[in-house]
Amino acid sequence: MSIKEKEQEIISEFEMFEDWLDKYNYIIELGKSVPEINPEYKEKQYLIKGCQSQVWLHAKMENGKVFFTADSDALITKGIVSLLIRVLSGQKPDDIINAELDFIEKIGLKEHLSPTRSNGLVNMIKQIKLYALAFKSKQ
Amino acid sequence: MSFNVNLVRKEFPVLDQKINKNDLVYFDNAATTQKPKSVINRINDYYSFENSNIHRGAHYLSQKATEAYEAARVKTQKFLNAKHSHEIVFTRGTTDAINLVASSFSKKYLKKNDEVIISSMEHHSNIVPWQIACEDTGAKLMVVPMNNNGELIIEEYQKIISEKTKIVAITHVSNSLGTINPVKEIIRIAHKNDIPVLIDGAQSAPHLKIDVQDIDCDFFCMSAHKMYGPMGTGVLYGKEEWLEKIPPYQGGGEMIKEVSFDKTTYNELPYKFEAGTPNVAGVLGFEAAINFIDQTGIENIANHENMLLDYAIKELKNFSNIKFIGLAKDRASLVSFVFDNIHPYDVGTILDKLGIALRTGHHCAQPVMDFFNIPGTVRASFSVYNTIDEIDVFINALHKTREMLA
Repeated sequence: MSIKEKEQEIISEFEMFEDWLDKYNYIIELGKSVPEINPEYKEKQYLIKGCQSQVWLHAKMENGKVFFTADSDALITKGIVSLLIRVLSGQKPDDIINAELDFIEKIGLKEHLSPTRSNGLVNMIKQIKLYALAFKSKQ
Repeated sequence: MSFNVNLVRKEFPVLDQKINKNDLVYFDNAATTQKPKSVINRINDYYSFENSNIHRGAHYLSQKATEAYEAARVKTQKFLNAKHSHEIVFTRGTTDAINLVASSFSKKYLKKNDEVIISSMEHHSNIVPWQIACEDTGAKLMVVPMNNNGELIIEEYQKIISEKTKIVAITHVSNSLGTINPVKEIIRIAHKNDIPVLIDGAQSAPHLKIDVQDIDCDFFCMSAHKMYGPMGTGVLYGKEEWLEKIPPYQGGGEMIKEVSFDKTTYNELPYKFEAGTPNVAGVLGFEAAINFIDQTGIENIANHENMLLDYAIKELKNFSNIKFIGLAKDRASLVSFVFDNIHPYDVGTILDKLGIALRTGHHCAQPVMDFFNIPGTVRASFSVYNTIDEIDVFINALHKTREMLA
């Protein structure tokens, strides 16, 4: 599936929720069920520091596609991290670099990407794109 | 003076609104307080009817604005019980005031191997300016440690202080722990060694009666926006002798007496430190805020906030797995806590959805979080317009939050 298709899939999923409570319960569940990052990547060099919560991000390139794993110390951040990974992991570097990721806004979670939240997510997206760029230039 | 919280609340228009269909509960007062109508109206009136640049221009409006601005200085002098009105310098806020002193003082009085003492519970605003001053001069930053209750260890302070110490800069009330520090004693010890002391009063001036002559500090800094006044306005109080001795901070209009390309002579106090057109509307708004505090009565404010704090702590103690961060005997109006295995960011996010505005994170005091080995805390801070009912709403919301995150 392309990035756009995956985004659309998530938007449809979120349309089922009636209120914020359902939505956040779902994100919290995602946060709990997301596969833990390999402990060896939970090191300083993979850490993206936010003022409120932090994110660990690891990337590797296989057969022309970039694969990400990630983790966060906060559940809600982790839930949103897992959505981003679902959309972006396994895609081609160019597609990742050009991804607009407006699904976050469409499912009503834009506030978590505001710089004032400083939860590591904005910098995580920047870092994901930087990885894609780096892998692209290595190709 | 009788105190009625419901009448007080009516003065604060912002409180009357819903967030996500819930009544707003505003418990982020240590970050900034809300503003009463009298403050908002004062700023509005200034720009509607009085706006003019001050200390120049002989015309009617300029003179009127100048008089109002200087009257606000006298009002601030009385509020702090300073000896002279020229010991009151208007700044952009506490951060600006501390930067002023750190920069000007260090230019003249700090050199290599000198020492500056701060404490382990400072806000970044009372750490970084001194780090910069130390980097510039080669001086060393010394830190007074605290105990596990979040109280400064005075015996350690006495050990650190020496003939190398050139200035002590300590917070009056910790923004992350609520601890009220024994500043009078800290100052007495420094003065025995002829060392000046700067007090960061950002978190104390809103809650405690401040008498700068009684505590005998050499510098005292505060922010209008944490005391019902507007943002972008603050105060540096400095003893006359120190303000005379330290050089100007910024250059520009207002702060000069005569300028030629060879030499500039500086204006007298306090104008020496007020370069450029000041924030007149902000200062007049601040004056209105002081009037609000005076009319409400600082004792009434303190009693009401202490009652709220005691009630909140009593209710919070019923939660299992709660850990209070900061258990000092002397506390101002805030409570900081964490739950085992629940991240403060998650708590803050869900509480926000439930209409509760409070602060989660490290509160610009990362060394404090490192000391307690936590990523941050949930901090509820109370003000004069908060109520017991609001704390009940907050506690219920916290139960719901914990259920969701468990």
